[in-house]
Amino acid sequence: MNSRAIRRGAAAVSALAIGGVVLAGCAGSAEESASDDPNAPIELSIATFNDFGYTDELLQEYMDEHPNVTIVHNKAATSNDARANFFQKLGNSGLADIEAIEVDWLAEMMEYSDLLEPVPDDLKGRWLDWKEAAATDAEGNLVGYGTDIGPQAVCYRSDLFEAAGLPTDREEVAKLFTTWDDFFTVGQEYVDKTGKPFIDSANTVLQGLMNQVEVSYEEADGTVVATENPDVREVYDTVVERAVPISAYPAQWGDDWYASLANGEFPAMLCPGWMHGIISGEGPDVEGWDIADVFPGGGGNWGGSYLTIPANGAHVEAAQELADWLSSPETQVKAFGNAGTFPSQTEAYESDDLTGFTNEFFNDAPTGQIGVDRAEAVTVSPVKGAKYFQFHDALQSAVTRVFDGIEDQETSWQTWVDEVSGF
Amino acid sequence: MTITATRPASAQTPPPDRPIRVLSFSQRLSRWDMKLSPYLYISPFFVLFAIVGLFPIAYTGVISFMDWDQVRRSGEFVGFDQYAWILTQPKFWTALGNTFSIFLLSSVPQLILALFIAAMLDRHIRAKTFWRMSALLPYVVAPVAVGLIFNALFADKSGAVNGFFEWIGIGAIPWHVEPFWSHIAIATMVNYRWTGYNALILLAAMQAIPRDYYEAATVDGAGAFRQFMSITLPSLKPTLIFVVITSTIGGLQIFDEPRMFDQFGRGGSAQQWLTITLYLYDIGWGEWNFGRAAAMAWILFIIILAIGLINLLVTRSLVRDEGRRGAQLSRRERRALKRAEARR
Repeated sequence: MNSRAIRRGAAAVSALAIGGVVLAGCAGSAEESASDDPNAPIELSIATFNDFGYTDELLQEYMDEHPNVTIVHNKAATSNDARANFFQKLGNSGLADIEAIEVDWLAEMMEYSDLLEPVPDDLKGRWLDWKEAAATDAEGNLVGYGTDIGPQAVCYRSDLFEAAGLPTDREEVAKLFTTWDDFFTVGQEYVDKTGKPFIDSANTVLQGLMNQVEVSYEEADGTVVATENPDVREVYDTVVERAVPISAYPAQWGDDWYASLANGEFPAMLCPGWMHGIISGEGPDVEGWDIADVFPGGGGNWGGSYLTIPANGAHVEAAQELADWLSSPETQVKAFGNAGTFPSQTEAYESDDLTGFTNEFFNDAPTGQIGVDRAEAVTVSPVKGAKYFQFHDALQSAVTRVFDGIEDQETSWQTWVDEVSGF
Repeated sequence: MTITATRPASAQTPPPDRPIRVLSFSQRLSRWDMKLSPYLYISPFFVLFAIVGLFPIAYTGVISFMDWDQVRRSGEFVGFDQYAWILTQPKFWTALGNTFSIFLLSSVPQLILALFIAAMLDRHIRAKTFWRMSALLPYVVAPVAVGLIFNALFADKSGAVNGFFEWIGIGAIPWHVEPFWSHIAIATMVNYRWTGYNALILLAAMQAIPRDYYEAATVDGAGAFRQFMSITLPSLKPTLIFVVITSTIGGLQIFDEPRMFDQFGRGGSAQQWLTITLYLYDIGWGEWNFGRAAAMAWILFIIILAIGLINLLVTRSLVRDEGRRGAQLSRRERRALKRAEARR
C-alpha cells in the first residue's frame, strides 16, 4: 500500500470517527422551526398507546379540513412503553407534538407540569369536573386535554346468576348491590351455594374501594399519611376479610386470569367501559354476559387518558388546535364508536350516538347510557400524589400475600408498613 | 529537561549550526501519517467505547452519589446515601438471595447437562450436524418469547405442567407462591435457552483434543467413562473456566425470565423471585429514582467482580491436577529428583 492510499484511508477513518461523534451529538434536534405563516405545510406527530379510537379515517377528516397539516400517528403497544418514552424525553427533545398520558402516571407527570403547554382558558369546563381537576396544577394551569374515562359498572353472567338462584334481569341485578356490604353478602351467598368464586380478583375490589376514598396515601399538599390513615386500613381490612374469600384470583392480567376469563369461570366483574372489549375479546364463546347499571358504594372511575402538548415542541399552536379537535365532544363520540373509549366531555353525553349505543355481546345492554349514568355517579375525585402508584402497588402485593396464604392479615399489613416507610 | 529550565531565556540565542531542513507539506504530512495513522486505525473502537461504554459507566458513577431527577437532568449531591439506602433495604437482600438461588439452580445442572450433551455429540453418531443444530435451536428463541411460552406452561391453575402433575397424581405445584418453586421454574427457562449454547462451546473444545490420546487410552484398556474423566475433562479446563465465568455473569444479571414470570414483572407479592437486576430496573424505570438505581448498578458490578474472582480461583484449583500423568511432585521431591540427577 503506498502512502497516498494510507493517507486516504486515515482520512476516511478519522472522518468516520468524527462523524460518529457529531452524529451522536446532534441526533434528535428539531427538524423544522415554527413558522409564522399559518398555512405553511407542517407535520404534526401524535403519540398514543393501546387504542384511542383515532383511526386513519378519523385523522383524515382533520387533514381534509386542514390541507396544510399532515398527521403522523405513533402507537405504543402499552401504556408502560409510552410512560418510559415520555419521561425519558420530557424536557429534552424527541417527544411527539401531542403525547397521550394515562391517568395512572398523571400524578408523576404533574410534577413537571411547567414543561407542558396549558390548555387554553376557553376550553375549560367542557370536561367532567373531576377529570379537569386531576390535570390542573397548583398554579391553576390545566395541562391535559381529557379524552376518555373509565366509569365502572358491574358486568355479570346471567346464566350463572340464574343457576345460583339470583335475579338475572339487569334492572333487578342493579338493585342487588348498591352498597359494598350487599355486594360481599351476595358474593358470599353465591360462593356458599355453588362452591365457586364470585368475582375475578381481589385487587380490583381494592382498586374500586380506594377510588372512592378522597385522601388515601398522600394529602393534597404532599404529606404522606398512608400508614396512619384509618381509611386505608379499613379498605385493606374489608378487602382481605370479605373480597378475598369470594375472589378467584389475587389480581388481574395473569395467565390464569385470562384462561379463566376465556372459560367463563366467574359470574361477576367490576368493569369500566374499556373492560367490555377485553371481556368479549378474551372469551368470545362465553355466553350470558350482561351489564348492570350500578356500582357498589356510588360511582367509581378506573383509568382514562389525556392528551398533552410538550411546551418545547416545534408546532405548539398547531398541536393545540389538533388536541382541541381530538378531545372535542363530537370527535370523542366517534372515538367511542371506534374503540369504546368512553368520553369525558359533558356535552358528549347528550349525543344520541352515545346514549343510544348498545353492545350486542352484553345481551344488547345500553352501554352508552350506562356509561353516562356511571360517570355522573362519580362524586369523589381521589387525591393522587406522585407516589400513589408505588403505595397502591405495594398494598396490592399485601392483599396478594394474604390471598396466597403467604402471610396473615396483620403480618401482611405490617410488611406493607415497613416497605412503604422507605419511600 | 533541567538544562533547558535553568538556561536563561534570551532573545540572542545563536542560530543552530545545522541549516534547518525544510520539509515540503506532503513530506510533513507523510511523517504525521506514519505517526498518527495507526492510532486512527484503531480509534473507531475506542471512540465507540468511550461513547457507549465509558461515558455511561462514569455517568452512572456520578449519578449514584446524587438525588437525581431524570427529567430535569439535575440533582443534589448526597454522598453515599443512596448506597446506604440500598444496603438497608430488606428487599435488596432478598433479591440477592434469590439471584444466587436461581443462579445455582440454573448454572450447575446446566453445565453438567451441557457436558453430557457435548460428550454425546462428540461421539460417532449419525446425522451429526442435525443433532448439533438442534442443540443450538432453543438459543435462537428470544428470551421474552421463552418467558411467554414457559409462563403459559407454569401457570398455577391453567398451566400444562401442573396439569401433568395433577394427572400423574403429584398435585399442583404453587409456582407463583413458593420462592423455591418459582426459582425452579425460572431456572428451567434459563436452562432451556443456554444448555445447548454451552454444549456447543464445550463440544468445540472437545473436538480440539488430539484423537491420539483416546486411541492410546483405548489400547491401554480404558473405558469410555475413564477416558472422559482422565482425558476429556482435564483438557477442557480453559474452556470450562470460560463457560463457568460467562454463565456466572449471565446468572447474576438474570432479568428477562423473572420479569416475564408474572404479569407485573416486579418479582412477586412477597419478592419470591425478585432478582437484583429486576429490583434495579424497578427502582430506575418504575420509580424514576435513577440515583438509587445507579448506586445499585455499582453494587451489582462489585458483586459480580468478587464472584468472578472467587469463581476463577475455585475452578482453577478444581480442575488443576487431573490432567498430569502420574502424581504431582511436591517441591521437596522435585529438588530430591534434581539432586539425584546431578549426582548421576
